[in-house]
Amino acid sequence: MVMTQNSPARPRAAASFAPPRRRRRRATSGSARLAALLVSPTLLVLTVVVLYPTIVALKDSLFGTPGLDPKTGFVRDTDPFVGAENYTAIFGDAADRFWNAFWNTTFLTFTTVALETVIGVAMALIMHRAFQGRALVRASILVPWAIPTAVSGLLWRWIFNSDGIANTLTGQHVLWTTEGFHAQVAVIIADVWKTAPFIGLLVLAGLQVINKEVYEAARMDGASPLRQFWHITLPLVKPALMVAVLFRTLDALRMFDLPYILIGAQKTSVETLSMLAQDEAANVRFGPAAAYAVILFLYVFLIALAFVRLLGANVVGDDESGPKRGRWLPRRRTEVAA
Amino acid sequence: MLAGLAVLAACGAPGGASTVHAKPSFEGRGPITYVAGKDATGSVQLVLDRWNKLHPKEKVTFVQLPTDPDAQRQQMIQNAQTKSDAYTVLSLDVVWTSEFAAHRWVDPLPQDRFPLRKMLKPIVETGKYRGGLYAVPASSDGGMLYYRTDLLKRAGIKRPPATWAEMKADCAKVRKLPEAKGMHCYAGQFQKYEGLTVNFAEAVNSAGGLVTDPAGAPRVDTPQARRGLDFLVDSFKDGTIPKDAITYQEEDGRRAFQAGKLIFERQWPYMYPLVAKEDGSSKVAGRFAVAPLPGLTGPGASSLGGHNVALSASAENKATALDFMEFLTSEKLQRFTLATAPAAPTFDELYKDPKLVKKYPYLPTLKRSILHAVPRPRVFRYGDVTAAIQREAYAAMTGSKNSAQALKDLQKTLRQQRAAQ
Repeated sequence: MVMTQNSPARPRAAASFAPPRRRRRRATSGSARLAALLVSPTLLVLTVVVLYPTIVALKDSLFGTPGLDPKTGFVRDTDPFVGAENYTAIFGDAADRFWNAFWNTTFLTFTTVALETVIGVAMALIMHRAFQGRALVRASILVPWAIPTAVSGLLWRWIFNSDGIANTLTGQHVLWTTEGFHAQVAVIIADVWKTAPFIGLLVLAGLQVINKEVYEAARMDGASPLRQFWHITLPLVKPALMVAVLFRTLDALRMFDLPYILIGAQKTSVETLSMLAQDEAANVRFGPAAAYAVILFLYVFLIALAFVRLLGANVVGDDESGPKRGRWLPRRRTEVAA
Repeated sequence: MLAGLAVLAACGAPGGASTVHAKPSFEGRGPITYVAGKDATGSVQLVLDRWNKLHPKEKVTFVQLPTDPDAQRQQMIQNAQTKSDAYTVLSLDVVWTSEFAAHRWVDPLPQDRFPLRKMLKPIVETGKYRGGLYAVPASSDGGMLYYRTDLLKRAGIKRPPATWAEMKADCAKVRKLPEAKGMHCYAGQFQKYEGLTVNFAEAVNSAGGLVTDPAGAPRVDTPQARRGLDFLVDSFKDGTIPKDAITYQEEDGRRAFQAGKLIFERQWPYMYPLVAKEDGSSKVAGRFAVAPLPGLTGPGASSLGGHNVALSASAENKATALDFMEFLTSEKLQRFTLATAPAAPTFDELYKDPKLVKKYPYLPTLKRSILHAVPRPRVFRYGDVTAAIQREAYAAMTGSKNSAQALKDLQKTLRQQRAAQ
């Protein structure tokens, strides 16, 4: 099975990385300088919007919160340098809250992404079928993705109200926005509703480039629809699916607005790392806030790296471009995370 | 004021940093800005138009912040941190005064410029930090007990309850009426947010307890505080408060009261004209009234709400700003705004005015509520204090901790927070 042209991400990666490398070997110093000159505006922008804030966050995370001068009643002017104290605090004073937020983040990410993948692939298969009103179905499946998260948070808060439609339909009386597992369920439902179409859309793009002849051949060989899905559709759509899942995972790790609006700011059951960092910053403790942000950044980075190394190697199935994509994805990620 | 400044100057002498604050100069005239949350009624712009007409060279521009108080506070803090002159006069929630004053984000103000003596005393206290005036009251707010006059009358009850026990007894009587079938007794704001801190503090104060003493030290591990919290916890257990109320913010409670689901409700004055609306949106229009909050052995104590105006330390044209603040907090202006929208004025005189009382029948009750009110903890890290209160009160009310343990833990947390300052 050699269907390498099927990845939507692959041509971009190949176009941006493979040719320059080949050219560089033959390049004269003049053209190298020209290349550096041409790239420099991009590098400058990246330095200003990515590198500088990251370095400042790292620096801030090494400082503590100024205390009150008991004589004047005013807060002291300078932030005390505390070294790695803000980081070691996650094993000390701040341990409960930090690890709770850490596990919440991880749990919500894995459950939502798993559900979104299954539902998203199903959506893509439906959107891919040629039937009447296909355009309408495609458009309507995409509606949740088009709604801003804050708005969908408010919308679901109405649905999960104590006398809202969720309770009316199920005939239960669950107080969804109170502390507990049900609050996590509410967040998962709302998040899956909103982002499954994203996976659906990317998988649909992957489906559309699969050659129809492959299916014809399979039918001739007498493969059942399930077998066709398992042995043809899934492997061929995998590159697109992996990109979608990776992006969703990285996005879900930064989850903030949905639990914040749907359930509330001080709720332990759904507090994520982003919410924790925001809460610290809101209480004018920029040191711990920056430390949490850096930890989250590293966590996101590690997951992205693991994803690309473990799953991404198979995605491309071609030894030469594999590592290049590996470098491309996390690099791209830092821009979004920062 | 002079004495206050002298103390500040003396205290700050070794540091040298406080000299700026010992001699606040209010110089410069020109355009300034007024920064406040979203103006839902449009009355702020009317007020500014009035000022701008009189002072064409010192125009005030309205900087409108989001409705969410946390977002307002954050934007104001950002402005202060960058020492920007974009914000001049800030509309601060009463609980932010200490934080803004301690960080020197707002200037100390000359007390003699403002008619503070004519205002209700508890309201003026909300603008002070360590004896100095940092914010001038522009509006107030106090909790009141809304109750159904028709049902109480039919059950043969002559006056609204003054204690929690009376309220529960009244509920038992009312619930026997056929028209009160399925109704719940009482609700307040018990969702895990600032409203819970307000309701918890009211319960503790109404039972004779304190959350923090005047010096800011925590005092929640007392039998009185426990009786206050127990009122809320037991009411949830015995059904006096409906289970749903753990998710209630102001608007949820209002909808329940308006729909005729509650006999009693603890609410702010803003609800009064909305529930009194005759356009069919309220099922209980003309059938309700307000009374002071009940307590353990007699009338209870409300928490204080409201907004004060303060002067951003990094602003320009401070002379104009001070004039504008004087204008904004004047009795004349509060009378003008009361003509268009309901509010809780800060001047004693306005609570007595027969015309206004006719228009807003809640005013006399509100005045009593404010006079007996206890301010929420006045500490400079208020965000941490309120988060701790919400966590423990919520745990007790949902039954995941008993009230004694919750208060013990709260006392411990508040003491640690204080020590860490």
